[in-house]
Amino acid sequence: MIDLLALCAFNASYANAIDSEALEQWPAFFTEACTYRITNVENEKEGLPSGIVYADSRAMLEDRIAALREANIYERHRYRHLLGIPLVESARDDQAVARTPFLVARIMATGETMVFATGEYHDRFVMDGGKLLLAERVAVCDSTVTDTLMALPL
Amino acid sequence: MMEQTIQWKGPGLTRVPFAVYTDNQAAAQEQERIYRGETWNYLCLEADLPESGSFRTTFVGDTPVVVVKDDDGEIYAFENRCAHRGALIALEKSGKVDGFQCVYHAWSYNRQGDLTGVAFEAGVKGQGGMAKSFCKEDHGPRKLRVAVYCGLVFGSFSEDVPGIEDYLGPEICQRIERVLHKPVEVIGRFTQALPNNWKLYMENVKDSYHASLLHLFFTTFELNRLSQKGGLIVDESGGHHVSYSMTDPDAADESYKQQGIRSDDSKYRLKDPSVLAGFKEYDDGITLQILSVFPGFVLQQIQNCLAVRQVLPKGQERSELNWTYIGYTDDTPEQRKVRLKQQNLVGPAGFISMEDGAVGGFVQRGIAGAQGLEAIIEMGGDQAASSEGRATEASVRGFWKAYRHHMCA
Repeated sequence: MIDLLALCAFNASYANAIDSEALEQWPAFFTEACTYRITNVENEKEGLPSGIVYADSRAMLEDRIAALREANIYERHRYRHLLGIPLVESARDDQAVARTPFLVARIMATGETMVFATGEYHDRFVMDGGKLLLAERVAVCDSTVTDTLMALPL
Repeated sequence: MMEQTIQWKGPGLTRVPFAVYTDNQAAAQEQERIYRGETWNYLCLEADLPESGSFRTTFVGDTPVVVVKDDDGEIYAFENRCAHRGALIALEKSGKVDGFQCVYHAWSYNRQGDLTGVAFEAGVKGQGGMAKSFCKEDHGPRKLRVAVYCGLVFGSFSEDVPGIEDYLGPEICQRIERVLHKPVEVIGRFTQALPNNWKLYMENVKDSYHASLLHLFFTTFELNRLSQKGGLIVDESGGHHVSYSMTDPDAADESYKQQGIRSDDSKYRLKDPSVLAGFKEYDDGITLQILSVFPGFVLQQIQNCLAVRQVLPKGQERSELNWTYIGYTDDTPEQRKVRLKQQNLVGPAGFISMEDGAVGGFVQRGIAGAQGLEAIIEMGGDQAASSEGRATEASVRGFWKAYRHHMCA
């Protein structure tokens, strides 16, 4: 069975990939056909389907990282993810559904740190070739407001 | 009436004093002369108020406003401010109500913004209460004139502002009607807090010169090049504009290479191009139309991604950008999916728009200490007129034409 410790270890590694700026590793946490979306509590409550980021394939996530590296203009900054303990809704040998609270601080090139986002990941994990992967991760932000822009993934 | 504090050197539109983005007195004058002056301000979509009693709270400039539908099917708007002590009447962003009651002292209002009840108006056990001469009809929040055009709800504090269609003019009306020709529904809402003056965002929207220079994504995938077929409409007031273009593979010409511009990077390709796979929904072949209405409204068609944007000032050096993504009520599931995917192009994390969130802040920080200096807005000449080419700042000049008209009137 996929256990809590496995989910915690997965999340630690996921956060580390983003926070250590190893963004190229990030898409590999997802299955090839996956859902990744960033939204907020109000859209979720009203059942509105949009996302600030809306991806339905790992290739789209790879494209996003390529765009950040090669195309998009933004001031250098990094994140620090603090992830809570996953609240496991269901777990089997090959699949688990969990919710994990997150807090993401943004550290600007100027040295300033601010709370950039808090919220909850709504996740569906699967075992894929002996490896734990995300089939779906919806990052539901508590705030409806994004400061300036969201370049890096949550 | 306050004096104009910003010194505009000469009557031309090609120089903009940097002080307009920082001066506090100018900000106060904008509230009076623009937002509470002879302008129509976008409030919400008609689709946001589906039923009798549906309401939304919003702002006109910095003034809080309630918009609500009553049983007569009409939409009413009034200041979100209790006539008694000035507290907000409605605290939620949206909802459904029979009427409103201020939480502070329970003064109540109907959906048309009339004061209908004063708690303990006659006092308690013969003591206290309001004076007999107090007349509820004479007190209430200020009401706005409301105009609904193609499902867009606008409000004005002015009795003198022309009717909405005259305010917009025939060309802008036709271009709004082009997109909002059938019922829409909201598919998502997001807000961006911008670290800059509201005018810098509106200038950016009107600036067809920057689009394919700042946004590599646009250029590389042939979504928008200045060499594409398209054009720029600036209305007579200058305050409203439309920039439009058509995707055209033949437009991949040499003009960008010749400039040595960073955005001409032919190595850049998508692994999953489905983000760009759209469908044709307008007969005129236009794949991009950005439309603005003075002072702070934007209607967007980028491929099949449709949205309205509302720009609100939050002090001189902050602003708020409210995105409302829409689809048509008769979208097929496949069409809806396309719209959702193409939302990756715009918004706070948009491939072609995230830079717009940051670049205003670069200007705001850059102009610190630049009082007395001016920006140059001279690309494409000194006029604020429509043109076929888009390597021009004509609609930015148009914005300042309208701005100065309101501020100096």
